[in-house]
Amino acid sequence: MRALRLVKSGFTMNLKMVGTSSFFLVTSIVQPIIFATVAFYMFRSGGRSGTLLYASLGAGMMGVWSTTLFGSGGMIQWQRWQGTLELGAAAPPSLALVYLPFSLANAFTGMYAMAATLVWGRLVFGVPLHFVHPWLFVLSLPATVIGLGLMGLVLASTFILYRYANALSNLLEYPVWIASGLVFSTSLLPEWTRPISWALPPYWGIVAIRHAALGGAVWAPLGMVVLLGAASLALSTLTFRWFETAARNRATLSLT
Amino acid sequence: MRHWLSVFFVGGAIAYRGLFNWIRPAMYIPTMLGSPLFQLIFFTKLGQYAHAEARDFYIVGNSVQVCAMSSVYGMTMAVANERWFGTLGPLLASPANRAAVFLGRGVPVLANGLLVSLFTFLAGVVLLGFRPGLGTVPALALIVVVTVLSCTAFGMLLGSIGLRAKDFFFAANLAYFLMLLFCGVNIPLDVLPGWMSAVSRCLPLTHGIAAAREVAQGASLGHVSGLVLTELGIAAAYALAGLMLFRVLERESRRSAVLDAY
Repeated sequence: MRALRLVKSGFTMNLKMVGTSSFFLVTSIVQPIIFATVAFYMFRSGGRSGTLLYASLGAGMMGVWSTTLFGSGGMIQWQRWQGTLELGAAAPPSLALVYLPFSLANAFTGMYAMAATLVWGRLVFGVPLHFVHPWLFVLSLPATVIGLGLMGLVLASTFILYRYANALSNLLEYPVWIASGLVFSTSLLPEWTRPISWALPPYWGIVAIRHAALGGAVWAPLGMVVLLGAASLALSTLTFRWFETAARNRATLSLT
Repeated sequence: MRHWLSVFFVGGAIAYRGLFNWIRPAMYIPTMLGSPLFQLIFFTKLGQYAHAEARDFYIVGNSVQVCAMSSVYGMTMAVANERWFGTLGPLLASPANRAAVFLGRGVPVLANGLLVSLFTFLAGVVLLGFRPGLGTVPALALIVVVTVLSCTAFGMLLGSIGLRAKDFFFAANLAYFLMLLFCGVNIPLDVLPGWMSAVSRCLPLTHGIAAAREVAQGASLGHVSGLVLTELGIAAAYALAGLMLFRVLERESRRSAVLDAY
């Protein structure tokens, strides 16, 4: 019960914090709309206008990932700057539990991206919003967002040791968009990248969302999202413990 | 004159070293080299999937556009961080010539932008099979220099806004992403609506990218001289606008006593 209360209050607080940040406004709304527009025009000029919903969903997921990534990268760094990282580390609950609601709130903010690109596509480009499996779409979206939030938690744990977390965030945005095949098929990538794609929750998430919207099997990719999300949660519990211990031993927890 | 040049070159280099947050290798490599590399791969693959344009269209467009990583963010930091770090007051209290202080900051930004563009072009050659003829390289290099110059001048204008705006990174982020949409980086201008093409013709990069694409396909420098001169004119216009805005905002900040205020 205590854990649930912690998750609820942490989630609400972080949602309010990111909701007032202009950086998150750009990342979760403006940037996805720009990328969706670029993709719409590219698909149109290539004569693939039937795939505009495909582009819309992909651009929305790109926004979910960007928000999760920058939120997770920034989470530890901002706590450092504000001097609250030590308080979180010293609190009785595990550090993973303290930061779980933060990561979930970041991913939840990313849902704005999906809403923004779908509305933008409908209003400006006339993209029809006809979903083949609407209820499965409603199920797939939050499941994917939670899966990404849990993946973000693993990333956040590594940032305890790494001072330049925002550099890694800058680096990891495009590679995950590419390897997850968010707006183009991963069949265009070299064969050796397949296992990387399979290990990423956004890869299975976009497959589930796309199949729910455009038709295809949803349960199998959705199951993979849940499985990888659970694996990320388990892994983050361990990595948070290791990296926190290492940072305490080296006395580098609060170094900026 | 010697003093002016000293402020321009030495002052510019020192300011860049102190104010450009991403100068450390741990930040520079992932942000200034890694991110452009993956941007190049992303848009080239997206173009391939969309069956829109030939591969070289995206390689040239993105390799030139990534100079904005340095020009937009670097120049914004080189001006706006003075305020953030609390050194703006002493700087503006000094008798140094404002044009030398302001324009000198663009030199390291320009050099860095060229490096980022060169790296991305090389990545295009090594990873994506971009093969411009050897004879086109000098003309291509000249066009890239002019384009990075105009993009740096645009960054100066954005940096000036940072003298007063609270969240200067908001403007920098917005500008960088809008350039991807408006400047013909990944979308031919004739595909965009008329008003967007009109806006794009007033922005840096647009004419430079168009010229670079033609030269990469074998056109001579003389053939694209109109585009290059237009890009140069845009550079001069933005540099002048940036300097004027810098002076106006400096005066206004002094008058209303908000130089270091947030």
